[in-house]
Order: sequence, then structure tokens, then C-alpha cells
Amino acid sequence: MARIELSAVRKSFDGTEILKGVDLRIEDGEFISLVGPSGCGKSTLLRVIAGLEPQSAGEVRIDGVAADAIRPSARNLAMVFQSYALYPHLSAFDNIAVPLRMRRLSAVERLPFVGALLPSRRRKERGIREDVAKVAEQLEIAHLLGRKPAQLSGGQRQRIAVGRAIVRQPVAFLFDEPLSNLDAKLRVHMRAELAQLHRRLNATFVYVTHDQAEAMTMSSRIAVMIGGELVQVGTPTDIYDNPRDIRVAEFVGSRKINILPGRIREDGRIEALGVALRFASAASAGPCRIGVRPERIELGSGPFSGHVVHAENMGSEAFLHLAVNGSDVRVVARIDDPRRLPSIATQVSFGFAMDAVRAFNADGKRIEVEFEHTERVRERAIV
Amino acid sequence: MKTLRAIPLWPVIRHLLLIAGAVVLLAPFIWMISTASKPPEEVFSSELHLIPHHFALWDNLKIAFAKANLWRFLLNGVIVTVSIFVLQVLIALPAAYALAKLRFLGRDTLFALVLFGILIPPQATAIPVFLLLHKLGLLDSYAALVLPFTISVFGIFLMRQFFKSVPDDLVDAARMDGISEFGIVWRVMLPAAIPAVTAFGIFSVVAHWNDYFWPLIVLNSEQLRTPPLAVAHFRNNEAGTNYGPLMAAAMVIIAPLLIAFLLAQRRFIEGITLTGIK
Amino acid sequence: MSDAATIDTAVVAVRSAQRIRRDHRALTAYGLVAPAFTLMLLMLLGPLASVIALSFTDYQLGAPAFSWIGLANYQEMFADRVFWISLRNTLTYVVIVVPGAVTLGLGIALLIESGASLRSLYRTIYFLPVMATLIAMAVVWEFMLHPQFGLVNGLLRGAGLPAFSWLQDRSTALCALCAIGIWQAVGFNMVLFLAGLVSIPKQLYEAAEIDGAASAWARFRLVTWPMLGPVTTFVIVISGIRSFQVFDTVHILTKGGPSKSSEVLIHTMYTEGFEFFRSGYGAALTVVFLVFVLLLTLIKARLADRGVQHA
Repeated sequence: MARIELSAVRKSFDGTEILKGVDLRIEDGEFISLVGPSGCGKSTLLRVIAGLEPQSAGEVRIDGVAADAIRPSARNLAMVFQSYALYPHLSAFDNIAVPLRMRRLSAVERLPFVGALLPSRRRKERGIREDVAKVAEQLEIAHLLGRKPAQLSGGQRQRIAVGRAIVRQPVAFLFDEPLSNLDAKLRVHMRAELAQLHRRLNATFVYVTHDQAEAMTMSSRIAVMIGGELVQVGTPTDIYDNPRDIRVAEFVGSRKINILPGRIREDGRIEALGVALRFASAASAGPCRIGVRPERIELGSGPFSGHVVHAENMGSEAFLHLAVNGSDVRVVARIDDPRRLPSIATQVSFGFAMDAVRAFNADGKRIEVEFEHTERVRERAIV
Repeated sequence: MKTLRAIPLWPVIRHLLLIAGAVVLLAPFIWMISTASKPPEEVFSSELHLIPHHFALWDNLKIAFAKANLWRFLLNGVIVTVSIFVLQVLIALPAAYALAKLRFLGRDTLFALVLFGILIPPQATAIPVFLLLHKLGLLDSYAALVLPFTISVFGIFLMRQFFKSVPDDLVDAARMDGISEFGIVWRVMLPAAIPAVTAFGIFSVVAHWNDYFWPLIVLNSEQLRTPPLAVAHFRNNEAGTNYGPLMAAAMVIIAPLLIAFLLAQRRFIEGITLTGIK
Repeated sequence: MSDAATIDTAVVAVRSAQRIRRDHRALTAYGLVAPAFTLMLLMLLGPLASVIALSFTDYQLGAPAFSWIGLANYQEMFADRVFWISLRNTLTYVVIVVPGAVTLGLGIALLIESGASLRSLYRTIYFLPVMATLIAMAVVWEFMLHPQFGLVNGLLRGAGLPAFSWLQDRSTALCALCAIGIWQAVGFNMVLFLAGLVSIPKQLYEAAEIDGAASAWARFRLVTWPMLGPVTTFVIVISGIRSFQVFDTVHILTKGGPSKSSEVLIHTMYTEGFEFFRSGYGAALTVVFLVFVLLLTLIKARLADRGVQHA
């Protein structure tokens, strides 16, 4: 299994810079997700690691060895593609066998008709058959091996593609949005399967997705990419609770974080929507933005008020859209018990949970805030 | 109310019109078969009849095969059309793959040249190509019939368009699996493009089986004649005297393609209408 | 200092490794296109340039030398009565065959589409002439048009009409060739129109009916004809280009006669270039032919652009 190190990797196409100097160290055996909005360069980064796209500058090291002059197939990485990329004319068995045949058979043995007659080819084919069978058993696809890709469902194709990746026993697996062509239900199911697969193989997984939920649910670490740069790398909890950039805060979370206009006063106190909060910051005075996640908004009491404009009942939970009085700001709050949903136009007052407030300066960078305890005990908010 | 009464009438009119048109269009084929089945005294009679009184198709075919080496000419047709098609594919597919899936300096210029090449009608280059073959001493040979058509810019264009629709992922997967770029063309792209290659193959074979202009220019020897040239010579030698065998010979020349067409009509119509793009 | 130097060499090493792989890829690409483009230069673009160059020379096949004679070939051509006859005949052929083959093709396609039964049978029948080797069918047509024993005259006589010696008569030879041209092209145009008709969304017809286009003609004017617009221009231009190339039937049936009444451009080019081996003069004729064909193609491109704008 492998450690993958990227240092100052840059890539430009026709003058536009897609990757603006990416540094990342992927540890042996970890499941890391590269997430970001579309066009952020995450797929390009994956293709650079795979060797499909030569980087314009910087270095890729696999297990300490510079990989720049090594062909994709010789890097011993496996890749699972969004469209699965199964060879449409080959059976599932042959699809899985391709990387083995390419590696184990000589050019002569691979020749059509002629190659099949060579005794050495027959011997090697037996080995290949055994390896494919082993993988098929692992993935429970043995009964599908005779079929062509067109005769398989999306989920089955996905499994064949994974099989083709596993069979070569690569040092690392690269996934390029492998679940995005599946329907919602299957996607959730496959998440669990991929996570199990990772635990079983104990291999390095690099997983590209635009779906933050996939990244949150499966990976040991998440690398958030925006505009060709890695903005933050950390555990899912860390990324969710402590975004270091407002773009990360907005990207992560299946319900978007509420962003309110705020200000840092001369005395360091922080205002949101013109109401002074019990927080202070050492940052210089000026406008800022306040982020609060929907589940951290406390309804019923607090310094703010608004009226209900829309309610979404999801069954197990509900989301309330509030138009804040005296401004055109909307806030979304989560309610655990949908049976206690206020009706439309009800006036509701609300506040924020103690440690829920995240403040960002005008550039979108996180700024430290300190909570002013009523008992005058000062508590530092996590940064 | 009016439309209701018109409904049963229209299909009848439609069929009547279409059948009348079909009779006119098929008349030459019917007349050809009818004449090929008649003995000379019935051919040369002013009285019109479709069904021969004395069925002489076998005699006429026998005479046709005796007077001209039709088997040889049919074989020539097969040799020439198959060689052209195979070489066209061998040459066009790698170029189409590079134009569709690889990035290299000058790619757009090359593709523009391909598009320009499609506009050039084959008759326009006949004189210089003839002179070139003359210089190379290749006139009056299979090479003269095949060589000028080994390059099909139209084939490159068609295959390139098709390859564009093959997902990049598939090419990348092949690279990850260790297949070389050259191997990708034959192991990945060709199998994926079989429908397009078939359509192009039909287009190419039909065009060159039926071609008259080029063989007429470059051939002299009798044993190299392609089917259309063979009919033309048969007609020049026998016209006015022996219509029965001539029609039988025409039937023999037309038969291979027509039978293939009747067996796989959809594919043929697809293939032939490709010329529409041209 | 030394640190900077090692970093520099490392960077250089990485760069060159990357360049090797990139160059390798580019080389593969050039290797893949090389055969095609060599042949393209040799058999297509080179000859195209040569044909233009040749038209300014007095080259004759087998002649030991040739000289540049400027526009002399063109002067000779424009002064030659045969050239003008040939050009006029070609244009006449185009002007008769194109409208004939296009309207008939459209009519047949509409008839076939207007009902559900026997569609593919009719399509097959009407497509047969497209598939049949034209030279062989020309020979059949020759016998059909035989003054004495031919089917056409037989039918005319049966109907009490005067008979003609079609291909041997100056006034009818070109018309007979046009008829064969239409006969051969109708099926091809029909198939293109059928494809165009199938791609018209059925809801449009339903909408037209609800909007009050009650008669079939009204629906044709409102939906079919405008929607077929691009296909129609396309079919017209294709038929035009193909008609300009008419050669097979002329060469085998009339050789341009009687007394040049069915002489056409490509046939003149063939006679000059490959029977008299006057390559230079033949090239000049080819250039005229090329100009007409490219003109048609340009018109097609312009119309296609406008079609896209309207859509």
C-alpha cells in the first residue's frame, strides 16, 4: 500500500490555471476524499496522480519515488471512473481480466487467434481466471461474469469496475465520482459498501466527489478544493465544525449554513444583523460575516425575531424558513420534532447556541471569537 | 364528418399512388429479368410480352458466362472493394483516434484539412493522380484501382465524430490497464465503433463496386476489369445482337449488392445515406 | 546557495522527465496520423494543387517537356463551341434532374409517411435503383429505350402515340439521360426526407390541429414544410453536386452525341484528358467543374448557417 505526496502541483490548460500549487500528503491506508464544487480541479488532481495528465509543475511521489516519468499503468494505481469505463465489447470477466492480461501476457501472447494457441498463454490464462474468480467471489459478482456491460444494471457495472480495480492489487485506489451515475437509493447503499471495502482491503483510497455527503460519510479525511487550491484538509468533524474559510463552511453540510451580515465593533464586540452578540474578537474593526448551522439555531427565545415564511417537513425532522424582522435576511432552522411545527406567518424569536457562532472576515477567512460568559468566565472558541 | 368519410379512402389512394410509382421505378429491373429470360426471337419482336413463351434464362446466363469471364470480374470486384475498405480502415482509424482523443500541436489544422478534403469531388483529382500512377508505372494494375482510395477523408471525419462520443474515461481506463495508444485504437476504439465502421464499410463497398469512372481510366487489361467495366465491354461487343445474354450479365453484376441490400436493408440505407453528409 | 542549486537541478530533472512523457505522447499522436496525412497529401491535396497548376501548362501525357502558357488553356476553352455546349448541357441536366428528383423524393416520402402499412416495403422498392450498379442499369435502360424493340416505344405505340429513337435523336438524348438520372436519385432523396419527417415531433401536428389547421395541406404548410426546410436545402444541394458529376450514363449510352447534344463537363474532361491525353486542357476543364461544385457547397454552408439561426 502506498503513501502519496503531492508538492506544489500546478496544471494549466491553454493558459488557464486549473491547479494552483497543491500540497497534499496522503497517508498509507487512509481514505481521503477530494471534494469541491464542479470545476474546482479535483478531477484534474486525481488524473495527475494517476499519470493520465502530466502536471505543468510540481511533483508527485508515490511511496517516496518520483512518479513523473512513470506511465499510468506502471504506477500500479487503480482507478474507478464515473462512467465505469467498462469495455462495451468485452464480457464482465474479460473486463476484469484486461489489466492482468496486459501485465502478464507478452505482446505475442496477446495476439488474436495466434496467441491463444501458445501453451504459455494457456498457463497464464489459468492464473488469470483464478484471480478474477477470487475477486468476483469477494464482490459477489460471480454470476455476472459472462454478461456484457450493456446487460448489467448501474450498480452491477459499478461492481465490475471495482473488480477490475481490485484484481491487479494496486498500491492505491483512485475513485472519480464513482457513485454519481447511480440513483439516490443505490448511492447510499454503495457508500456503505465502499467504506467496508476500504476497511477490508486496508488500502489507500483517494476519492473525488462533488457530493459533500459522500465525503462526510465515508472518508477518514476530507480535502476541500475550491478554485484550484486546497482550502482545508481535515477529518469530517473538523471540516464541518471548524471551517477555516467561508467557502468551506458553505460547501459542507447538506443544509447550507446560515450566513448573516455582521460587524466587529471598535470595542471588539461582534454584531449580527445589528444586534450585539456576547462574543468578542481581537480582529480589527469592520464588517464581517457570521455563520450558524441550522441545527444550532435555538427557537423560542433570543435576541432575534422573524416570521415563518416556509416550512419543510421531512418526516424525521423539519426545517423552518424565517424572514428576519427588519431586514431581508432569511434564516433556516432545524426542528427535531416536526409535530411541533409553527404555522406560516407565526412570529418566532430565536438565538444561537453558545459555541455555534463562526465568524469570517471580509476576505472569507475565519476569525477567532471569544465567548463572554455571563459569569464573566472567558471561554475560547475553537478555531 | 367530412374527415370521417375521407379516412377509409386515403389509404387506398396512398397505396394506388405508391404502387404506380413502384411499377415505374421497378420497370427496368422487371424488363431486365424478362429480357434475360427470353430467347433471341422473342427479344427481337415488336410484340410486347413480359413472361417469355420459352424460358431461356439458363441459356442466356450460360452464353454470358461463356462470352465473358464473369467469375473473374466478380472476383476482381471483391478483391478491389475489400482491399480498399480494409486499407481505408487501417489508415483512417488511427488518424481519427488521434484527432478525437489526443492533444497535439497542429491537430486543428489537420482536422480543417480533412474537412476541406471532403469537399473535393473525386473527378477533380483524376488527371494528376493518373499522371502520378503513370510516373510510378502502376497504371493497369490492382494498385491503380486501390491506391488512390486508400485514404478516405470522409472515413476519418466519420470515425472522428464517432470517437468523440466514446467517453474519455474509457480511454483513460485503457491507459490505466496498460494498453498502449496504438493498442487503444484496435482493442478499445474499433470494437466500440463497430456500428459506424459497418455503415462506412457499406458506403465504401457500394461506392467502389459501382464505380465506373476510375477503372475506365486506369485499366487496359481484360483480366483486371471490375464488374461495371465488364458490363460496359460486354455491351460494346454484343449490343444490338444479343440482348438476352447482355441482360443476364447485367443481372449477375447487380445481384451481389442487391441481395446483400435485401438481407440487411436498414444497415444499407444507413450506410448509403452517409453520402448525404459528404 | 547549494540548497538553491540542488532544488534547481531537481526542478530541471522533474521538468525534463515530464517533457519526455509529453513528447512521447505527441510523437505517438503524430505516428498515428502520419500515414493518413501522407496519403492525403499524395492523393488529394497535392493532386488538387497540381490540377490547378496543370491548367496553366500545355502538358500532354508522354510529352518530354511542357511550358507555362498562362491562361491560354482557358482562352482556348472559352473560344471552343464544344465547351459552351457541354456547360449548357450540364446546367440543363442539373436544372431538370434536381427539381425532378427532389419533388418526387419528397412526394414519395410524404406518401409513405402518411400511412402506417407497408412502409418498409415501399422504402425498399424505391431505394433499389440507388443500390443497383448504374452502368448495368444504363445498359438495361438502353434496351428499354430501343427504338424498335424497347419497352418505352412499345408502350407508346400501344397507346397510339408517336415513338422516338430516344438516345439517337438530338432533341431527346439529353432528356432521356435526365430521366435515368431522376430514376436513380429519387430513392436517395426519399430516404433523406423520410429521416427528416421522422424527426418532426408528433406533438407539433397535434398542436397544429388544435390551433385550427384542419386540412392535411394546412398542417403541411404550417408544420412539415418549415420543419423540413434544412433537409430540403440539403437535399437540393446534394442532388445538384451529384448531377454536376454525371458521367457514367453519358459515356456508355451516348458518348456525348448525337452531335454533342448530350455532351457534359466531366465527359468533355474525360475525352480531352484521357482520350487525347491533353492533360493541361483537361485540367482547365476540371477547374471549371470544381468552381461550380464548390459554389454549390458554399451555398449549402450559407443556407445551413441561416437554418441554424432560424431554429
